Amino acid sequence: MSAKKYFSIIAVVTALFIGFLIFSPKWFNSYTITVLGNIYIFIVLAVSYNLINGVTGQFSLEPNGFVAIGAYVTAILLLSPDVKEELYMISEPLPLIRDVFLNPSVAFNPFLALIISGIVSSLIALTLAFPVFRVRGDYLAIVTLGFGFIIRIFLINNPSISNGSMGLDSIPGFASYFWIGIVSLITAILVFNIVYSKFGRAMKAVRDDEDAALAMGVHTFKTKTVAFMTSAFFEGVGGGLLASSIGSISPDQFTFMLTFQLLIIIVLGGLGSMSGAILGTFLFLGSMELLRPLDQTSWHIGFIHGIPGLRMVVFSILLLLLMLFARRGLFGNKEIWDYVKIKKKKRIEE
Amino acid sequence: MNTAFILQQIINGFSLGSMYALIAIGYTLVYGVLRLINFAHGDIMMVGTFLTFISLGILTGWKFEHISMAIFFTAVGISIILTAGVGILTHVIAYKPLLDKGAPKISILITAIGISFFLESLFNVIANQYLGGTYQAFYFPKFFSHIIHIGSLTIPVLTIITPILTILILLGLLFILYKTKIGIAIRALAFDIYTVQLMGANSNFIIGFVFALGSALAAIGGVSFAMAYPSIDPYMGMLIGLKAFAAAVVGGIGSVTGAVIGGFILGFVEVAIPGFLPELGGWKDAFAFILLIFVLLFKPTGIMGINFERQRF
Repeated sequence: MSAKKYFSIIAVVTALFIGFLIFSPKWFNSYTITVLGNIYIFIVLAVSYNLINGVTGQFSLEPNGFVAIGAYVTAILLLSPDVKEELYMISEPLPLIRDVFLNPSVAFNPFLALIISGIVSSLIALTLAFPVFRVRGDYLAIVTLGFGFIIRIFLINNPSISNGSMGLDSIPGFASYFWIGIVSLITAILVFNIVYSKFGRAMKAVRDDEDAALAMGVHTFKTKTVAFMTSAFFEGVGGGLLASSIGSISPDQFTFMLTFQLLIIIVLGGLGSMSGAILGTFLFLGSMELLRPLDQTSWHIGFIHGIPGLRMVVFSILLLLLMLFARRGLFGNKEIWDYVKIKKKKRIEE
Repeated sequence: MNTAFILQQIINGFSLGSMYALIAIGYTLVYGVLRLINFAHGDIMMVGTFLTFISLGILTGWKFEHISMAIFFTAVGISIILTAGVGILTHVIAYKPLLDKGAPKISILITAIGISFFLESLFNVIANQYLGGTYQAFYFPKFFSHIIHIGSLTIPVLTIITPILTILILLGLLFILYKTKIGIAIRALAFDIYTVQLMGANSNFIIGFVFALGSALAAIGGVSFAMAYPSIDPYMGMLIGLKAFAAAVVGGIGSVTGAVIGGFILGFVEVAIPGFLPELGGWKDAFAFILLIFVLLFKPTGIMGINFERQRF
């Protein structure tokens, strides 16, 4: 694909999406808009999670940890010192924590806060990469899963930094529907460019055969580390968006459940497929909303009653069925337009 | 800081460590044979405790005031058998089809996560719907909480029984692995699965046996956890399972003795650090992972030093 054609496609997609962002609040009711906003945040998370898990093939279970870091960093940066003095009930905030402040009403400051959250996340990812990528494969999963627990324990046990288990609230809500959409668009385009760059090819080489990649001169450790850091960066940004759009955060929001949902999304879309991750987010969060009655005791069809927690049983069975019978998900590790191209080719051959 | 205090900590560490050891053995057995982290192992432990709780309830008619030893051990026995069945079922339903297809390791890990989450949410629904709440108090015969006084030491009976039981189980396992026919088959399978199949051994039966053994031990470990901290919930398995996995890696994954040593080390660390430095008490749950990260940094093969890195099926 020539560069000119590529940029024109991106320009068209951007224009269409921004148009949709502007007009959709007029078309849909506020409930749909809230769900859509949530979907955009999850697109940021799913696309970046897919980068390490699907594209680089390193099975990692880190999102909840980095999302929590991003959420807390954004919240601490955007809350003013006076508000923090009031919020920190268990113990006084550390002077450093109290004094850092980016006034959210100044233009670009919220975006600066998001970027700082991303950088903090990716620096932590860097320190985590050294022990983890020394060994191959499965250890990454356990260490990153443990990392999520450590972050939670850290947040609960350091009330002077994070206000302990009470969490933070009245976080400035700069992340309106429109801006969440813009950030997710930027993330999707950036990650897409990474995946289809020289570096992205190195990542895929590491996924497909690490030994062969090493023999061909790919610096596998560096590739894995950078992929991990990039993924952590965008997860931090997504965490910041989540904090701002919900308005209050506590350590209990960032449990393994979050990671599990993202895992279902990227498996559903096809590991390693960017468009799959985006479509998977829509499908998963959409069906989460549709199946909400399953959790409510008032709902029933015949003798089947809703039971609290039934929805997650359904989704874990869904993940199992996907893995057992449709391991490639929607698009495998290809993109949606690859299928269109294959069809065209076939037609020409005929 | 007197000797009695230190001795008390050592005994408590031994007791906690033996519970981790019992669960770590299951990880190490399955990893040794299939090179697969059985993510659902912690949740199988949870299933074991819940099945014990439910069969205790059925046997006593949900009146837990006076549980006789006979009823308790019957319940534990039923639970061990059922849990072993659940372990075999997870293998047959979730892992075996993928292993047969030669699916990449990442798919099997994701399936394992799916099983783990399925068991958690299933038992959450069961507990909410039929037992009346997510958190349940776990009852057991009074004998186990009977306290023995030796000098200034106060030791519950359970604290003594669990380590002894663990050592006995370890000896039994080593006997099975090194002196019986199926043990030799298990070790051969860990070495090279295809050659063993060519030699005429029934690899499916052997792998099923490994899963059953690991799950049964997890059930015993789970029951001793439930007795030491008498509250059970459907999400208890995840954290304990992860810590036990960390213990297995510290000891050297693939080695049964290593798993027990790793379990004891983790137990000591978790008891001793909050004991001597009380201000770190809240960090108790993080020690296992910090220990794991240090082991991965400096000796990725663990204490018993089995190197699986370059060995492939």
